[in-house]
Amino acid sequence: MNGGADLGGMMGFGPVVPEVDEPKFHAEWEARVMGMVIALGAAGQWNLDQSRFARESLPPAEYMASPYYAIWLKAVTKLLLARGMVTEVELTEGRAMTEPVPVKRTLSAADVPGALAKGGPVDRPAETQPRFTAGGKVHTINIHPDGHTRLPRYARDKTGVIERIHGHHVYPDTNARGEGEHPCWLYKVSFAARDLWGERAHPSDRVTLDLWEPYLRPAE
Amino acid sequence: MHDHSDHSHMSDIEARVRALETVLTEKGYIDPAAVDAIIQTYETEIGPRNGAHVVAKAWSDPDYRAWLEEDATAAIHSLGYVSRQGEHMQAVFNGPGQHHLVVCTLCSCYPWSVLGLPPVWYKSPPFRSRAVIDPRGVLADFGLVLPEGTAVTVHDSTAEMRYLVVPERPEGTEGWSEEALAGLVNRDSMIGTALADEPAEHAQEGAR
Repeated sequence: MNGGADLGGMMGFGPVVPEVDEPKFHAEWEARVMGMVIALGAAGQWNLDQSRFARESLPPAEYMASPYYAIWLKAVTKLLLARGMVTEVELTEGRAMTEPVPVKRTLSAADVPGALAKGGPVDRPAETQPRFTAGGKVHTINIHPDGHTRLPRYARDKTGVIERIHGHHVYPDTNARGEGEHPCWLYKVSFAARDLWGERAHPSDRVTLDLWEPYLRPAE
Repeated sequence: MHDHSDHSHMSDIEARVRALETVLTEKGYIDPAAVDAIIQTYETEIGPRNGAHVVAKAWSDPDYRAWLEEDATAAIHSLGYVSRQGEHMQAVFNGPGQHHLVVCTLCSCYPWSVLGLPPVWYKSPPFRSRAVIDPRGVLADFGLVLPEGTAVTVHDSTAEMRYLVVPERPEGTEGWSEEALAGLVNRDSMIGTALADEPAEHAQEGAR
């Protein structure tokens, strides 16, 4: 969607201000949110792309003004409510008042090292050959879906070159809608910065994006 | 963080997070001890020292560098850095005339397995918006001005590939041990917003 998360090329946010000796977390609640979001992954009630969509579909002004872990908190709350795992009243009261819904698994402390090591690989076996080869020219499609996509606005309807074939990966656009993983070929596509941004870009600079085959068409 | 209005805002969010954790725990969806263990892992175990090890090995061992170029996932996993947000890796190599910079314009994709949790600036709108349209301006915010003839390639992490920049090995480090070299590899040099440290800053370590 054309939401607040799709920030590439926007202006007016001011300079990047790195913090000297930045702590891992700026408050205890940030650490708890990070830990809870990862732990809840084991419950299996949503996938990675549904989680991303819950974040990026926050109203743009709210998204852009929220500290990052607050975005995680708002999104995970939205998912928990949507799945019926918690109720608004429970969150206000701070205690459980309804029966839990059945979940896949509750992550125990003993399982944490194994779960973190396992991660969540998204490569899947392929039964097709990649349509494009390294060095080939491609043109990105022009889409503006209401749902989730990983083709940012600034790279739509642009011509680039296939730099590498990464593998056969879960397709986020369908996975976020709960319509299945529909894995497809993922490519590293390189664009001349001037083809994206015009004359203001440095003539020798490039921008690369990782794009799934459905985003791409052959170009002359 | 210390003015009053900000403090009360934080208290509100703290209360919400505490309520959420209580409800999730009572309903059996999470075990707070698991949350503790996750936090502790990222506070004490997984951080940029992992990535510095990878870079120093690539500087020291041409075979390892070639492997890292060909299959970064396997090359990094071989050093024991196997964890989430590092499942699919690619390394990009700075060299004469070529500089790499990594961003995630759409969210906060970052190679946790080798760099740990991302800094706030990496996840914030100023960096995410500008890295792709004005990378040289962003580098200038970090005090890094590249020679005019150096090309910049920005890698927008739009999928589950995670990027590690291998900075150029500083001159004057011939004969340094892998361990001493790793001491020159700061976190930002592996994102592309800095170069590796100069050996003069680490003369004693190099001499060891």
